[in-house]
Amino acid sequence: MSDDRLCLQLRARRGGFDLDIEAEIPLAGITAVFGPSGSGKTSLLRLVAGLDRPDEGRIAMGDTVWVDRARHVFTPSHQRAAGLVFQDARLFSHLSVAGNLDYAQRRAATGPTRFDFETIIEALDLAPLLPRRPASLSGGEAQRVALARALLTQPRLLLLDEPMAGLDHARKAELLPYLDTTLRQLEIPALYVSHSVEEVVRLSDRVLALSQGRCVAMGPVEEVFARLEIEPLERDFEAGSILAGQLIDQDERLQLSRVDIGGQVLELPMSAALQPGDTVRLRIRARDVAIATLKPQAISIRNVLDGRIMAISENETSPYADLTVSIGTSQLKARLTRASIEALELAPGQAVYALVKSASFDRGPG
Amino acid sequence: MPDLGPLWLSLQLAAITTVILLALGTPLAWWLARTRSGLKPAIEALTALPLILPPTVIGFYLLILLNPTSPIGRFWLTLTGDTLTFSFTGLVVASVVYSLPFMVQPLQSAFESVGRAPLEAAASLGASPLDAFFSVAAPLSIRGFLTASILSFAHTIGEFGVVLMVGGSIPGQTRVISIAIFEQVESLQYQDAHILSGLLIAFSFATLLLVYSLNRRFRIHVG
Repeated sequence: MSDDRLCLQLRARRGGFDLDIEAEIPLAGITAVFGPSGSGKTSLLRLVAGLDRPDEGRIAMGDTVWVDRARHVFTPSHQRAAGLVFQDARLFSHLSVAGNLDYAQRRAATGPTRFDFETIIEALDLAPLLPRRPASLSGGEAQRVALARALLTQPRLLLLDEPMAGLDHARKAELLPYLDTTLRQLEIPALYVSHSVEEVVRLSDRVLALSQGRCVAMGPVEEVFARLEIEPLERDFEAGSILAGQLIDQDERLQLSRVDIGGQVLELPMSAALQPGDTVRLRIRARDVAIATLKPQAISIRNVLDGRIMAISENETSPYADLTVSIGTSQLKARLTRASIEALELAPGQAVYALVKSASFDRGPG
Repeated sequence: MPDLGPLWLSLQLAAITTVILLALGTPLAWWLARTRSGLKPAIEALTALPLILPPTVIGFYLLILLNPTSPIGRFWLTLTGDTLTFSFTGLVVASVVYSLPFMVQPLQSAFESVGRAPLEAAASLGASPLDAFFSVAAPLSIRGFLTASILSFAHTIGEFGVVLMVGGSIPGQTRVISIAIFEQVESLQYQDAHILSGLLIAFSFATLLLVYSLNRRFRIHVG
């Protein structure tokens, strides 16, 4: 048994479907548990947290066996070194924010304090919230407190169950940077349940993709999403591609990050969590890419990448065609109308310019 | 001025009954609120029986169960040298049975409204089930505890039939306020009956007022 893996072999009947999962998840970085609703993401997390029992199987956290049905081993939730952040925060309404944090601290696992109070309060900017009542917090604030509370139990593994699902767009945009910075700064292994491509690309290092209770893919974000492009889990999964690059610098004044993609430069909205030299992953939706055969002048779009058309796939029943364009060693997908392809006389092998709006990025550091 | 002894006796009986019911009713209500057992409806029905049975029926069976020739009554007699029937202890036993639903039902609905979510959160934070009960479920159910205690207390003060059958009317032992009023009316001492009855009406109204205001406005925070 390796010391640095979460080993899952689980079978459980849950309502309408069977959960049947075998996976070995490295205990480093953030692993997204990704899939459409009803695919078993939350059920899986509850089994790992110890809130539910599997019908059969085994869960081992490194050398510590949490569940082994065959040997009647079951460690109850309160004895597992796992911190859990629920979709609905679940702060204790009879305690203040400070009281909620204190509740976790007092019950923290014995041993060295890996996440001390001051660091967490500062990272999540909680000082002004401490005297407040949970009922008076916004959804995003409540989730920051819930994350701090889970971390203060000194967990070896953090479990996050769609912490952004209940939030509106503005609150998500507010919470995401906190999650991003805190999880990276504290270097805690985490399972992050989500059905949002944007969150997964931004936050996670690898993806465990679930469909109908089964693990359909597991691996680095780029790889798994490349596979999902071919076999989408959801009908509304938007075609796109992931590019990886290095952060060159940040422009504080214009609030832009500049990223090197195989020698070419892309500009995207700035993220304070990144340092120059950090690997950055970008997911670009195919519909956000335009193609030009001549280098455009006097245009607001600043990301103009040299590329070459590798393939065009079109279908007579659709007005659209998908182009695959090679950008250095990466591939970029573009969705154009078939009318544009005819008008521009595009063909495989042709050199083109790919245009991407800075405002369209789903971004993630790697 | 009538003898106020029966009033104090009633208050004593109600206080002791409430404390015992808190100890017995809390685990029972917790079990009822959380169980998925098929026995639940049967236990719920049994707990609610004192609400609909005539007090005389309860009194009759308690008399049979507690009298010195019954196994329980005999055991108590050899243990303490005292009978359970026609004694204060017997009244306590009878009151606990008679007021049980007034403790269990408000507690059960309070525990049900707390739900599983906060307890799962507590477990994920390292709280054992017992710890989670005292640190999360109980504080969140504080209004349920207050309502249940006040109703059990008040209901014990107001009982008559069961007390009469199990306890009779021994001054200082079993002559509680309702019995005293009954005897005053029987012997045409209307003046004294008025005073005790008036006290009881005032007390009962104040109690119900307290329960309803607690349920309406009170928000309790601790810590």
